Amino acid sequence: MNCLFSWSRIGAVMAKEFIQMRRDRLTFAMIIGIPIVQLTLFGYAINTDPKQLPTAAIVADHGPISRAILAGLEISDYFDFGAGTRTEAEARSMLARGEVSYVVTIPVNFERKLVRGEKPQILIEADATDPAATSNALGSINEIVRRAVANEAGGTLAELEPGGMPVDVVLHRLYNPEGITAYNIVPGLLGVILTMTTILMTALALTREVERGTIENLMAMPARPFEIMVGKIVPYIGFGFVQVGIILIAANILFSVPMEGSLTVLLTATVLFIAANVTLGYTISTLARSQMQAMQMTFFFFLPSILLSGFMFPFRGMPGWAQVIGEAIPLTHFLRIVRGVMLKGGGFADVAPNVWPLMVFWLAVGTIAMLRYRRTLD
Amino acid sequence: MSGEIIVDIKGLTKRFGDKTVVDNVDLTVNRGEIVGFLGPNGSGKTTTIRMICGLLRPDAGNGTCLGYDIRTESEKIKLEVGYMTQRFSFYEDLTIRENLDFVARLYALKPRAKFVDSTLNRLGLSNRQHQLAGTLSGGWKQRMALAACVMHEPQLLLLDEPTAGVDPKARREFWDEIHELTSEGLTVLVSTHYMDEAERCHRIVYIAYGKIIARGTVAEVIAASGLHTIVVRGGDTAALARKMKTLDGVEQVAPFGNDLHVVGLDPVLLEKEVRGAIAGSGATAAEDATSLEDVFIRLMTSSEDNFTSAGGRAS
Ligand SMILES: Nc1ncnc2c1ncn2[C@@H]1O[C@H](COP(=O)(O)OP(=O)(O)OP(=O)(O)O)[C@@H](O)[C@H]1O
Ligand SMILES: [Mg+2]
Repeated sequence: MNCLFSWSRIGAVMAKEFIQMRRDRLTFAMIIGIPIVQLTLFGYAINTDPKQLPTAAIVADHGPISRAILAGLEISDYFDFGAGTRTEAEARSMLARGEVSYVVTIPVNFERKLVRGEKPQILIEADATDPAATSNALGSINEIVRRAVANEAGGTLAELEPGGMPVDVVLHRLYNPEGITAYNIVPGLLGVILTMTTILMTALALTREVERGTIENLMAMPARPFEIMVGKIVPYIGFGFVQVGIILIAANILFSVPMEGSLTVLLTATVLFIAANVTLGYTISTLARSQMQAMQMTFFFFLPSILLSGFMFPFRGMPGWAQVIGEAIPLTHFLRIVRGVMLKGGGFADVAPNVWPLMVFWLAVGTIAMLRYRRTLD
Repeated sequence: MSGEIIVDIKGLTKRFGDKTVVDNVDLTVNRGEIVGFLGPNGSGKTTTIRMICGLLRPDAGNGTCLGYDIRTESEKIKLEVGYMTQRFSFYEDLTIRENLDFVARLYALKPRAKFVDSTLNRLGLSNRQHQLAGTLSGGWKQRMALAACVMHEPQLLLLDEPTAGVDPKARREFWDEIHELTSEGLTVLVSTHYMDEAERCHRIVYIAYGKIIARGTVAEVIAASGLHTIVVRGGDTAALARKMKTLDGVEQVAPFGNDLHVVGLDPVLLEKEVRGAIAGSGATAAEDATSLEDVFIRLMTSSEDNFTSAGGRAS
């Protein structure tokens, strides 16, 4: 009886595929490079218990116990007082812009009240936009403060019963007081979905022409590179906007995500973000030699976008080098803009620091695309 | 024919890696002419045509097309040239009409609908205008491609094997169309592997291994080859063919049905040898005109010899 298939034919095909793969250098590099690069990147970057989040302090009492409490917070590793001591106004606006995740306030006469046993307050304001970023730190804060006070002032507070709480730690979760994850995730998804679809669609724009042979005809006709680029990009900006509409409506109806700021500011930033992405996609399609390569390059960009932009994991909780990579990704800035506008009610001035990086990115990839576009077939 | 030069190239050379694919090619095409571009597979026809319309950069040589420099003014050349690629390269996922619309837009033809409609009518594509180009048969695809590249009323048509895989009737219509267009002042450079099509050209250029080795009218090319043909009719064709191949002065022997075309360079020797060979076989022999195909086959084999012997000497 005849076999349904022949092993030798399978072997022949496998050998052929392997030879082709080996000749296709980029694909080969990607197959090996993606797992290595991304495992090392994300193995270190993923951090569900983020430490060293930037913190600003407002200190109105400079006694030894105040200092001990700040030192205790710093030693706990959850807080990084790199932002230093600030005035109230400065600290609040840093929190609004996302430059710090916490503001710690030690009020006047803190130490005197403590010694008298009046249970003075310490105020800790946290940016709870991303609930995961702050929950562990806030959970352990009472213990940190109690220990710091006990160590520093154990003798003077002899009447204090062991384990008792000499200080009243007041927590304010700002921007997302109930810690609803969807408030953080849904605006983030807006950026993620736009990144995914717009880049992929435009990345195939030219490679498809090359693969189908239509590029020869296109080049023989009087269309200029810039015209082809714009002509191929603009429809996808339109596409992106349809997606924006769907996501914003869903955010409102299904998840009741608030819209604190101005829709105009949000949409303006969104145009820029989509433009940056489709231009990147087009640039990929000038670099890739086949649709397969274009897809691989898209995913190579897509994974760090999701993992290092602050969408999956709190941005400030990542190690410094991961944050540097993250800053170069449009999604990082777009997420800050979307969260800033939707949850914090930010205006144009608040989002501006994240708008210009998008512009720089856009111009850079656009320039590469124009330089890379081949005017001839050789 | 006004004699105005439309294509004028000199010393055109193209290398891919260390392989010289087009080697020092000179070519002129005058207004209103149909010039046939012939040569074996891989001889550099497509590459030459691509350089003329600016799709490839020549490694050496220069020239003009419609008075524009082929190296620096390809943008202008593209506006006035219609290039039909060897492989169908319109969008298979668009309809005929959508493809033509796209072309009309690229050339900024106004009013667009009128240009598209008249092109569709002229080439008999109106009934099929809403059919996806990818679902057309080979012949209809060629017609569509021709329609698309003549729509903007170019001065020069570069056709790269426009009738490959097209049925004889469609081919005839295709050539009638081309002749009609040239009578209106169009100039055509067309590559083909069909002898009957070569015979429909005003002039032919024969390229092998990137070098032009014959050119002129069909009669001139045949005469220049110096070949003479004797047609042998009747007898045992296969046995005679085997015998003929061993004779002195016989270059080629090719059966055509019951006929045998015997080709050689020296008419006297050829006549003598052939007559001797058929004696007593019941076959008759008569001198006949040498066909273009015989000339081309002779050109192909001799250029191959030159090529291999040149290579042998070099190594
Ligand atoms: N992009 C390229 N890279 C490398 N070699 C090429 C390239 N394009 C063509 N060639 C080589 O150049 C030679 C001439 O090719 P070309 O397509 O011009 O031949 P042609 O005369 O059109 O042949 P055909 O009759 O088969 O269409 C071939 O040997 C081919 O392999
Ligand atoms: Mg060819």
